[in-house]
Amino acid sequence: MPRLWVATRKGLFTFERGKGWEVRRTAFLGDPASIVTPDARTGRVYAALKHEQFGTKLHVSEDGETWSETGTPTYPEKPDGVPDVFEPFRQKPTPWDLQMIWSLEPGGADQPGRLWCGTIPGGLFLSDDHGQTWELNRPLWDEPKRAKWFGGGYDFPGIHSICVDPRDSGVVRVGISCGGVWVTRDDGQTWAQCAHGMRNSYMPPDQAYDPDSQDPHRVVQCPGQPEVLWAQHHNGIFRSTDGSQKWDEIEEAWPSVFGFAVAVHPEDGDTAWFVPATKDEMRIPVDGRFVVTRTRDGGKSFDVLTRGLPQSPSYDLVYRHALDVDATGDVLAVGSTTGSLWISEDRGDTWGHIHGHLPPIHAVRFG
Amino acid sequence: MPRVVFTENLRRHIACPPAEAEGGTLRELLDAVLSDKQRPYILDDQQAMRKHIAIFIDGLPVRDRVGLTDSVEPDAEVYIMQALSGG
Repeated sequence: MPRLWVATRKGLFTFERGKGWEVRRTAFLGDPASIVTPDARTGRVYAALKHEQFGTKLHVSEDGETWSETGTPTYPEKPDGVPDVFEPFRQKPTPWDLQMIWSLEPGGADQPGRLWCGTIPGGLFLSDDHGQTWELNRPLWDEPKRAKWFGGGYDFPGIHSICVDPRDSGVVRVGISCGGVWVTRDDGQTWAQCAHGMRNSYMPPDQAYDPDSQDPHRVVQCPGQPEVLWAQHHNGIFRSTDGSQKWDEIEEAWPSVFGFAVAVHPEDGDTAWFVPATKDEMRIPVDGRFVVTRTRDGGKSFDVLTRGLPQSPSYDLVYRHALDVDATGDVLAVGSTTGSLWISEDRGDTWGHIHGHLPPIHAVRFG
Repeated sequence: MPRVVFTENLRRHIACPPAEAEGGTLRELLDAVLSDKQRPYILDDQQAMRKHIAIFIDGLPVRDRVGLTDSVEPDAEVYIMQALSGG
């Protein structure tokens, strides 16, 4: 039965498709869930909680109904003599302390038990035992250029996107707000910046193309055409067709190139969806009209999808993980900060309003 | 021995009945009292008090939230509470 996981500020909701999409179960009611990740390899589902008082915790479910706490990524004791890395804008030392799990992705089919976990304040963790134990990836954490990373909406930088290359599980790309896009081609032993071509307008002009200063809000890779990646960036939409060696800016995407989320079709790298908003600190739908946009030609043109979406004044914002497309490429889900959930079963042509009173939605995920 | 009592709000997540243990400082007491499962709910990755945790020793809030060097008397009552934040 088609299933959608919805992680919200007040718990995790499971929707299933019967006659229609309905809430079947709730978990962690009252607790903030930052991310939910079904693992198609094992059938397990992982949910990250961010307790305000008690810290971040990771839970796992074998059956999608009952949950137990599993290992939580933990930063090692900061060694004596290791200098602090100061977040450059706020001039605060970046703590060796887990603030939030911002991304969680299974490794490849040839790496049973492998999970990658991206966090605020910028550490990447990996597990090879289904999340029971975790290890901080030191090559990326010890990368000197981490000193240039900075927080966007949060005080410290974070890894929000993890793309495990379907052709080679040892090739992994991570998107960082704010620190560009980094790639490893040797399973995490070495890393290189790969945000070349991205442009920002929040730094002095001579740093507009500095890859280490880029703020890709979300990075996704087309499973069927892995050389194609899309990024919804703070300053626009970018696309790479050569495996992230170079990014091209999509300059025209009415009504706005600003947003947080992007989803790419599982087979067709030319097809991607976005949820535009008024840039950049306002973050409301342009003219109060909530729309989803879709390109089917690699960004040359965009369809503005409105059927079933509120066109009277509406102020829904969609966070970076709150747009997803299922494995068929036909079914999409969008969840908003004002607790609305829409699902389309025809690639975005029409949308059904599934729920209007959920808590603020952090993430949606089919599986 | 000092007695440690946990906020009821933590009991929603993990078992944490009142406990007694030896310890001349808060650090020594918590090292003796906290299980591996309880510890990360109270202390952060560097073993400092979490930002929104409050601990009272005989009615007074802890002063050294990082080093946990506050003295604990043999008959002290220690309350581990949550701060009035969040939601």
